[in-house]
Amino acid sequence: MAGKTLYDKLWDDHLVKQRDDGSALIYIDRHLLHEVTSPQAFEGLRLAGRKPWRLDANLATPDHNVPTTDRARGVEGIVDPVSRIQVETLDRNCDEFGILEFKIKDQRQGIVHVIGPEQGATLPGMSIVCGDSHTSTHGAFGCLAHGIGTSEVEHVLATQCLVQQKMKNMLVKVNGKLGPGVTGKDVVLAIIGKIGTAGGTGHAIEFGGEAIRGLSMEARMTICNMSIEAGARVGMVAVDQTTIDYVKDRPFAPKGEMRDRAIEYWKTLHSDEDAVFDKVVELEGSEIMPQVSWGTSPEMVAGVGGHVPDPEAEADPIKREGIVRALKYMGLKPNMPITDIKLDRVFIGSCTNSRIEDLREAAAVVKGRKVSPSLKQAMVVPGSGLVKVQAEQEGLDKIFLEAGLEWRDPGCSMCLAMNADKLGQGEHCASTSNRNFEGRQGFGGRTHLVSPAMAAAAAINGHFVDVREMMN
Amino acid sequence: MRALKQHKGIVAPMDRSNVDTDMIIPKQFLKSIKRTGFGPNLFDELRYLDEGKPDQDCSKRPINPDFVLNQNRYRNASVLLARRNFGCGSSREHAPWALEDFGFRIIIAPSFADIFYNNCFKNGLLPIVLQEEIVDQLFRETEAEEGYQLAIDLEAKTVTTPSGESFSFEVDDFRRHCLLNGLDDIGVTLEDADVIRAYEESRRKTAPWLFGAGG
Repeated sequence: MAGKTLYDKLWDDHLVKQRDDGSALIYIDRHLLHEVTSPQAFEGLRLAGRKPWRLDANLATPDHNVPTTDRARGVEGIVDPVSRIQVETLDRNCDEFGILEFKIKDQRQGIVHVIGPEQGATLPGMSIVCGDSHTSTHGAFGCLAHGIGTSEVEHVLATQCLVQQKMKNMLVKVNGKLGPGVTGKDVVLAIIGKIGTAGGTGHAIEFGGEAIRGLSMEARMTICNMSIEAGARVGMVAVDQTTIDYVKDRPFAPKGEMRDRAIEYWKTLHSDEDAVFDKVVELEGSEIMPQVSWGTSPEMVAGVGGHVPDPEAEADPIKREGIVRALKYMGLKPNMPITDIKLDRVFIGSCTNSRIEDLREAAAVVKGRKVSPSLKQAMVVPGSGLVKVQAEQEGLDKIFLEAGLEWRDPGCSMCLAMNADKLGQGEHCASTSNRNFEGRQGFGGRTHLVSPAMAAAAAINGHFVDVREMMN
Repeated sequence: MRALKQHKGIVAPMDRSNVDTDMIIPKQFLKSIKRTGFGPNLFDELRYLDEGKPDQDCSKRPINPDFVLNQNRYRNASVLLARRNFGCGSSREHAPWALEDFGFRIIIAPSFADIFYNNCFKNGLLPIVLQEEIVDQLFRETEAEEGYQLAIDLEAKTVTTPSGESFSFEVDDFRRHCLLNGLDDIGVTLEDADVIRAYEESRRKTAPWLFGAGG
């Protein structure tokens, strides 16, 4: 019999019951909650007279609606009354049901997918869910982690389980080494460009290969975060020493003898040598260039040295129509060089790229330089209060401010523009976020997905440039 | 949840691939703490010419006459015909809530995004996967004939055209059972409360660090 994949192992370890009809009950170790997708779930519990099954598995924080300025005023500082009600509702629900919440004024508040790993609330081998598709981020720790809808949030609160069908196994292998200036973001955008936004549908993706093994936890999180943009709810990286070292001494992580026991288990969290995958895709790390998205779907990407495509060159009529529509929305011409795309705003942040390493990479590029006067705004939004503190201890805030970037308070911010941070109609933004959908960052806004280093380089130049040309 | 056994209704053709859940219901409407009332803002940025805001009277907004759901012949549609990878992106269940609130019960496409597909079943909506060639044929027939209707039978797992041509589709047994009977799946899961507790007990022994940890 063939060996097991990492996904097979995680599935088996969380299987509560296999039903005759092919569905299965899967146990959930960690449930993360935020204000947008939880109110209706708590209301459902209340209406049915149910209580959470296991309080200590839950951790909540407001992130989508929080302002990134004037945070000393707490909830009162949320100008939009509808946003304020949603944050207040989360506070009230967590208080009523007894769920641990990092509230808006807590230094530990931040984007839910940043604070889980930061606190050690994300541990190798866990099953983790959240009413948020970017829960795949946590797969970087060898976790079975994925987004769920609000009905499932209620289901997990009430039963600590989910009804699931097992997915297929897919391996995305990145061979060799990445070139200098090429980051986790470029790797995942290149993968999505290759397999498409539905390339991983129905599959759990494991990212492997020498290039992945050589990456930091932050970069692995960036890659797993965007698995969903390749259609896969689950993205994973096997546990290794990098994972184990990252988790050490974090508040929720096991200590002492318990840690030794945990490590013994964590070291088993990799695919067996003879494991069989349903689908395997390989990329050469050395061939991956810094990426820029030109369209309205994350698969619409090109290397920074490339060009906006010509729809006439696309054979598939549905894809051709998609390119025509995207170029019209984005206001771009076929065959124009990527470096000719001019920008109005730059956003560095989001659950994809707002961790300390992301901020360091951006700071290294802008250090001693000035933001182009042609830009309306360039902003940096750290992923959590603790990332913000660390960045300030390292002096990164000063580097950004001196270069002319804004230094904000933590939250999802302009990634989806539910708070006050948004694009105006027709504005082009170099963004380190994850989705370039129409209107995502503001009505009529035009998003270009890039790495933090590429966003920083674009901020200095007012248009895209190959960041490698700016590196010493 | 509303049960669904059979359904017959007018078909609206949504002729674009990769329709994401941001497009189905834009973020400003996710601030609601209710499950209902999203219908008027379904496909808001495609449907109206202005920028939508929560709690607006949508009947007074300028509509985009080119958008499919604004055309008289499709206004009462309850079957949405769509293209590849429908419902990709965000996990927001507000997307199926908005589709259901508008009046849709069935969505037919060559493929769906996983989370959206799953969310539909929790809300009495049936997503049906048919081969691309069949979907192409249905697009042609829908556009050719005003008032074109499809009949869906979940029990028999078939989609039938007005000419009597029938296509079968796949759906897994648990989801089908819950939708046919309008079942609350939390209730179904809690029938196994003892099994869940037994799993928890054994897990507490093998992986005690997963329990009771707090910052």
